[in-house]
Amino acid sequence: MELVEKCIEIRKEEHNMTLVYDRYVRYLFITSAFFMAVIILSIIVFVGQQGLLTFTEVSPMEFFFSSKWDPMDGHYGAFSFISGSILATFLAILFGAPLGLAGAMFMAKIAPSWLREIMRPATDLYVAIPSVVYGFVGLTILVPFIREYFHVSSGFGLLAAAIILSIMILPTIISISEDAIRTVPKSLEEASLALGATRWQTLWRVILPAALPGILTAIILAMARAIGETMAVQMVIGNTPQLAKSLFMPTSTLPSEIVVEMGNTPFGSAWGNSLFLMALVLLLMSLAMILIIRRIAERRVA
Amino acid sequence: MSAKLSDKIATLLMWLSGLIILGILVAFLAYMLYKGLPVLSWEFITGMPSDMKAGGGVGPQFFNSFYILFLSLVFSIPVAIGAGIYLAEYARASRLTNIIRLSTESLATVPSIVLGLFGMIIFVNMLGMGFSIIGGSLTLMLLNLPVLVRVTEESIRTVPAYYREASLALGATKWQTIWRVVLPSAIPGIITGITLTAGRALGETAILIFTAGTTASRVLPDLDVTAAGETLAVHMWYVMAVGLVPDRLDVANGIGALLIFTILIFNLLFAIPGKIIQKRAGTVR
Repeated sequence: MELVEKCIEIRKEEHNMTLVYDRYVRYLFITSAFFMAVIILSIIVFVGQQGLLTFTEVSPMEFFFSSKWDPMDGHYGAFSFISGSILATFLAILFGAPLGLAGAMFMAKIAPSWLREIMRPATDLYVAIPSVVYGFVGLTILVPFIREYFHVSSGFGLLAAAIILSIMILPTIISISEDAIRTVPKSLEEASLALGATRWQTLWRVILPAALPGILTAIILAMARAIGETMAVQMVIGNTPQLAKSLFMPTSTLPSEIVVEMGNTPFGSAWGNSLFLMALVLLLMSLAMILIIRRIAERRVA
Repeated sequence: MSAKLSDKIATLLMWLSGLIILGILVAFLAYMLYKGLPVLSWEFITGMPSDMKAGGGVGPQFFNSFYILFLSLVFSIPVAIGAGIYLAEYARASRLTNIIRLSTESLATVPSIVLGLFGMIIFVNMLGMGFSIIGGSLTLMLLNLPVLVRVTEESIRTVPAYYREASLALGATKWQTIWRVVLPSAIPGIITGITLTAGRALGETAILIFTAGTTASRVLPDLDVTAAGETLAVHMWYVMAVGLVPDRLDVANGIGALLIFTILIFNLLFAIPGKIIQKRAGTVR
């Protein structure tokens, strides 16, 4: 009899433990999830703090609007890097977005299913190729090609960077716009076809406008990837702190300048801090892009 | 131009774009393998690098690449699965949930060079780890986390609701349901996600230059996590940017082929079969 009671007692205890686990394990999950917010906040705070120290020695006017970058001589104008980043990103979208979008339409509506089954993993592979490999191929093939073909002195510069970037952003544009095109309700497409529109008219006038928010999201995410790309751009842009007056002139972008100079800059000097300030500018640009994407998504629901 | 003609031209252009996209990829992979495979040899993959003479290997870098990747996954997987479970199973539409989602999305778009500088401030300088394998892995974790969280959440969400209902109806608690029913069904998706993340992390460079450093241990294998740990991708950049070895093109070609080869294995052996399993499971349901 006693044994049975003891068994029941143990079972009860076990059951209570199960309930306690159930109650407290969720706090573990909340903590893990909240960790994300802690990380992004500390990135903003620490990079921001280090970067803003620049302004104790350099005026914001000089940093943002002067293109004279000569830290040895006390000149910290980052305008050429900021404009280099923006130009390279813009050109990359100009080259890459139409190709990616056409590819997405092809995958979503035209390709036979076996080809689609090949293209899906292919876009995953595009993402998986390391950026140094993109840069290396750019350096060994694209730069000499540009030098020969356009008869310019070096081949390094915005054009080489933009072409490599336009390839690197393809997977982002393809996969997100393909999803957007695919989720357009079938009834819209059928209505258009039933009215006698051709497949292209349906795609261009009905499906694309309906998928526009998703396509915009794809393009903005691609911009975020392009503006932050470091290694590939560094290997083909020439790394010269000067304002680019042509597509073939060696210049520099924010991330490429950081990666080139960080190694030989003392931590905490005005030079080092100005590199952190450049990182802060990059960070704020990419955060702004996320907020824009959120706005687009909210409107889509409304 | 008639509607039919423009339809034909547009279809042709889209076919062309699809083929160009595949063509660029194939050209990239083929070029890198063509140039690099002849360089690959047992001596190259396991040998010591040399600073001045030709003929050095990439043994320590090869080891460090996988060591740092392994450590960063060990750090990030538990956190990411926890956060993914929270977002998929517990989170209600509240301000907290909104903040967590916004943070995860933002973290996913932070440029890797910025993550690298952040790791440099926190791990290398403030915590005094110096350029080290541990500093590199902890920073690389920041790159893995957002992707893994999203993949976990998505995989858990695809588990049908009646699995949970059946388990709960049998008297299981929520935690028992998640641990014994939901997570096992979500595992194929999570593994696919981990493989894709691992492929990306393996080739990451910008994060590691200023956290794991550009020098590698002379001992192989060196498990010391406080030693500097140059990886393959960093080495490839380093020999091209500042290297002095006369055969640096060969070394870079070899590393390129090695990286491409590893990533192809990751994708073909793990990720794609994982997707097929998921699909099969999907049709059975």
